[in-house]
Amino acid sequence: MTARAIAAAVRSGERSARSVVEEHLAAIDRREAELHAFNLVTGDEALTAADAIDAQVAAGEDPGPLAGVPIALKDNLCTTGIPTTCSSKILEGWRPPYDATVVERLSAAGAISVGKTNLDEFAMGSSTENSAFGPSKNPHDITKVPGGSSGGSAVAVAAGFAPLALGSDTGGSIRQPAALCGVVGVKPTYGRVSRYGLVAFASSLDQIGPFATTVADAAALYEVIAGYDERDSTSIPEALPTVLDRLDEGVSGLRVGLVTELCQAEGIAPDVATRVVAAAEALSAAGAKVEEVSVPAVIYGLSAYYLIAPAEASSNLARYDGVRYGLRVDAPTTGEMYDRTRTAGFGAEVERRIMLGTYALSAGYYDAYYGKAQKVRTLIIRDFEAAYERFDVLLSPTSPTTAFTLGAKADPLAMYLNDVCTIPSNLAGHPAMSVPFGVGADGLPVGIQVMANALDEVTMFRVAAALEGALA
Amino acid sequence: MASLSREEVAHVAKLARLELTDEQIDTFTPQLAAILEHAADVEALDLADVPPTSHPYPLKNVWRPDVPRDAGVRDAVLAAAPATQDGMFLVPSVLGEAP
Amino acid sequence: MTDSSVLPEGWGMVIGLEVHCELATATKLFCRCANNFGDLPNANTCPTCLGLPGSLPVLNETAVELAMRLGRALNSEINRSVFSRKNYFYPDQPKDYQVTQYDLPTNLGGHLDLPSGLRIGITRAHIEEDTGKLNHVGGGGRIHDADHSLVDYNRSGVPLVEIVSEADMRSSEQAKDYASELRAILLATGVSDAKMEEGSMRVDANVSVHKLGEPWGTRCEIKNLNSLRSLGRAIDHEALRQVDLLDNGETVRQETRHWDEASGRTGTLRVKEDADDYRYFPEPDLVPLEPSAEDIARIDAALPKLPAARRGSLADAAGIAATEGGVVMAVERGLDDLALAAIGGGADAARVLTHIEHNLAVEGAESLSAEHFTALVAMETSGELTATQAKTVLAEMVTSGQAPADIAQAHGFEALDTGALEGIVDGVIAAHPDEWEQFRAGDDKARGKLTGFFMGKVMHASKGQADGKAATALLRTKAGIYG
Repeated sequence: MTARAIAAAVRSGERSARSVVEEHLAAIDRREAELHAFNLVTGDEALTAADAIDAQVAAGEDPGPLAGVPIALKDNLCTTGIPTTCSSKILEGWRPPYDATVVERLSAAGAISVGKTNLDEFAMGSSTENSAFGPSKNPHDITKVPGGSSGGSAVAVAAGFAPLALGSDTGGSIRQPAALCGVVGVKPTYGRVSRYGLVAFASSLDQIGPFATTVADAAALYEVIAGYDERDSTSIPEALPTVLDRLDEGVSGLRVGLVTELCQAEGIAPDVATRVVAAAEALSAAGAKVEEVSVPAVIYGLSAYYLIAPAEASSNLARYDGVRYGLRVDAPTTGEMYDRTRTAGFGAEVERRIMLGTYALSAGYYDAYYGKAQKVRTLIIRDFEAAYERFDVLLSPTSPTTAFTLGAKADPLAMYLNDVCTIPSNLAGHPAMSVPFGVGADGLPVGIQVMANALDEVTMFRVAAALEGALA
Repeated sequence: MASLSREEVAHVAKLARLELTDEQIDTFTPQLAAILEHAADVEALDLADVPPTSHPYPLKNVWRPDVPRDAGVRDAVLAAAPATQDGMFLVPSVLGEAP
Repeated sequence: MTDSSVLPEGWGMVIGLEVHCELATATKLFCRCANNFGDLPNANTCPTCLGLPGSLPVLNETAVELAMRLGRALNSEINRSVFSRKNYFYPDQPKDYQVTQYDLPTNLGGHLDLPSGLRIGITRAHIEEDTGKLNHVGGGGRIHDADHSLVDYNRSGVPLVEIVSEADMRSSEQAKDYASELRAILLATGVSDAKMEEGSMRVDANVSVHKLGEPWGTRCEIKNLNSLRSLGRAIDHEALRQVDLLDNGETVRQETRHWDEASGRTGTLRVKEDADDYRYFPEPDLVPLEPSAEDIARIDAALPKLPAARRGSLADAAGIAATEGGVVMAVERGLDDLALAAIGGGADAARVLTHIEHNLAVEGAESLSAEHFTALVAMETSGELTATQAKTVLAEMVTSGQAPADIAQAHGFEALDTGALEGIVDGVIAAHPDEWEQFRAGDDKARGKLTGFFMGKVMHASKGQADGKAATALLRTKAGIYG
């Protein structure tokens, strides 16, 4: 059942929230050991929450728009009293004393968390292989990666553990695993969804967003979590337009641009490119005007991202020092305690990025690296602006290939190339989403990326809905 | 830019409070150098007239009223801390660390 | 020109001060925890000021207001500003970075005029967050011998403004005056309660010495100055220490030194490396501040009268220079409004200021009624009260709030009227005919001594209520001495 169907059934009393949760816990039971979507399944808490929802319904109270809908939460979202590890040894067992804003909003909407999902450590990665607690597996083929960093959340939805999940996206960490697992994944406009309670990776790039099996479900979840939050100074104060009620408006007359530099980027597999062409044709058939468009500066996106994101991360992760929370490795001096704690607590990819970021910010190198990268950002924003004068949405592959084999991309640089299509939207702060659109030569899912201008989630969702409809 | 040296990697690890073994420095150095090499295309651009973007969405003057509120997390935080004494966080000797 | 009288001939010192003031806000800079001194350790903490994962900063609007107000009080330019992260590891820094302002501070430039008239330039003043407090345990509480340390984050995140002066001071006196005047401005504007002993105003001094006519020397930074007195002592000690080194052919090492009040010496705290690599970058979690012209105009219009302007007004009313001790003291003690009212009411300005300087350094002086004060000075000027009597009456006016006439009457202080006085003088003359003959016939020197003799008798006979001047004048008149 879709999330919306579940909510309708629970709200009307047709189904109990408890039975919904039990059903999903059973699904988790069957395949979780194999897939490792979760760091922690919170079955008891979910059943307790379900009973509370059922009581509300019985009492005639409004249980919320997502009443009784199970949801999986990426384990970098703070949940009071429930371990939030970021899949890192340095936060193993750490229980936050507060909830992330999105967690509060989900609770108010009646959604029920069934667990905290696995991720690449501190959200740094594209395969979930950087988790300190073991990788997650792609439900379509367990020898393959689910993508990352929100791999666990993508798996949870793809495997039917929950109809909804939340992930975070800094360079593609929602969209890419969504594409590899054949589900819908959305990165909203930067500032649309509060980052309060999201453990920070790269503050000017991070956004929380929905995973779902359908575009409509994703839209419903988006509407619950998005909107101004006074606790996040980068939160957009503008009122949030609704999206769900406009999904069926179709794409007649919309101008769709295929981004040349992304569609033809190095490493785009032919079977992925084929699906992009098919998507373009489908939109054309539905009445859209589809053309190629150049957004020149995006070719510098990867380089700029791998200077900016690690730089901000190196600062955001400084707080993991053994003093106030998390892992502490004892030592006779505080200095030694810092060194030993951080070395023992962080995995190789996190260490690599911290060092890269520290270097990019260090004296003598700031202007050449971090400083330049922030200017490239300006170029990318300008080129997107120019494109949006002639087009309503832009299209590209989400991921260059279908899911690759676990262990196949040991070289960090090779792994980074997975993000070539997703990164530009993070740098620009624009909304983008991945919609499943068929399979590749190996039968594994392919996702199409739909990008829109800042604040234009409506058009983005409309086009995504049209693509989804074309496949139906 | 000259490619990254082993000494630079060791220095950066120190700044970042990471205690790397020689083997790790040997492994990291070429990896980091390769990434920076890839970033050389950015480094080579002439962007003298381009302003940097540090915030993708242009907000300004965001603030809140000066009204107190008790967050009520003190006890939970102290209980979960690695080491405390008398309601304070305990750390070993900080000699040599003063900023 | 040098004021450095503590240094040997031919040497000069250069001083710049960095002052951190805690802003008088109800909450911290980036979170809604209470900004209080002395509460239970870690009572005022939250995810943000503890640096918990996932926490975010939200700026306190009053902190911004106060920072801008201080900027205008120091004649600074208020600019578009951006917060930056200063990255370094230390246990009192919960995020292991401090949010501060680096290349784009709120206030740029400005100046502060000392009571002496000397103008000290201000380089900049910016907003930043305070750190927590480290308590060193074991080894006498000093960091060097401590076994371990305990961290209290109540102070972490408290809003600070850091004011950096130009290196315009040339003596410890000037430095103390600067700190004192800055404090007065902070109090007058309500920006900070500026208590050095409580740490809400922290002064660090940068000191260097040079041979006059030669380039400036290497400077050292001195920290841990908890009073104006410490500030003065430490600067003089440090300057002499540097002169000693240079005189012995050694060099001054650029470093941060710690003032130890007990021993009266500075000691090395930390040698400054070439540049600590703080890896500053713009804070992504906060957005830029862009004050409008209207904001600045509103702040300007609401500025209270500052100490320099107060000194000017009082000096004008009294017809003397603003650098005069009485004027400076009156403003320093917050008694200038009282002085102005008294002078405006006709009281003699010199007497008013003398009283303020010498007799009103007491608690409660500011609640003295201007009307009463004016009346008292008038009684003095007219001869009704002697200077000694006036001092007594004034002291009681402060404690009791009563009118001077009533107090004088209660003491029986009414100065004798002319008739009664003449009667007493006549009586004394009659009782001492020989001395009177000598007084009448004698020369100036003899008369001087005899005046004292007769005055003593007159005072005794009048129980001290005689006005000395009036009595002396009567003696001379009766002796036929004019002029």
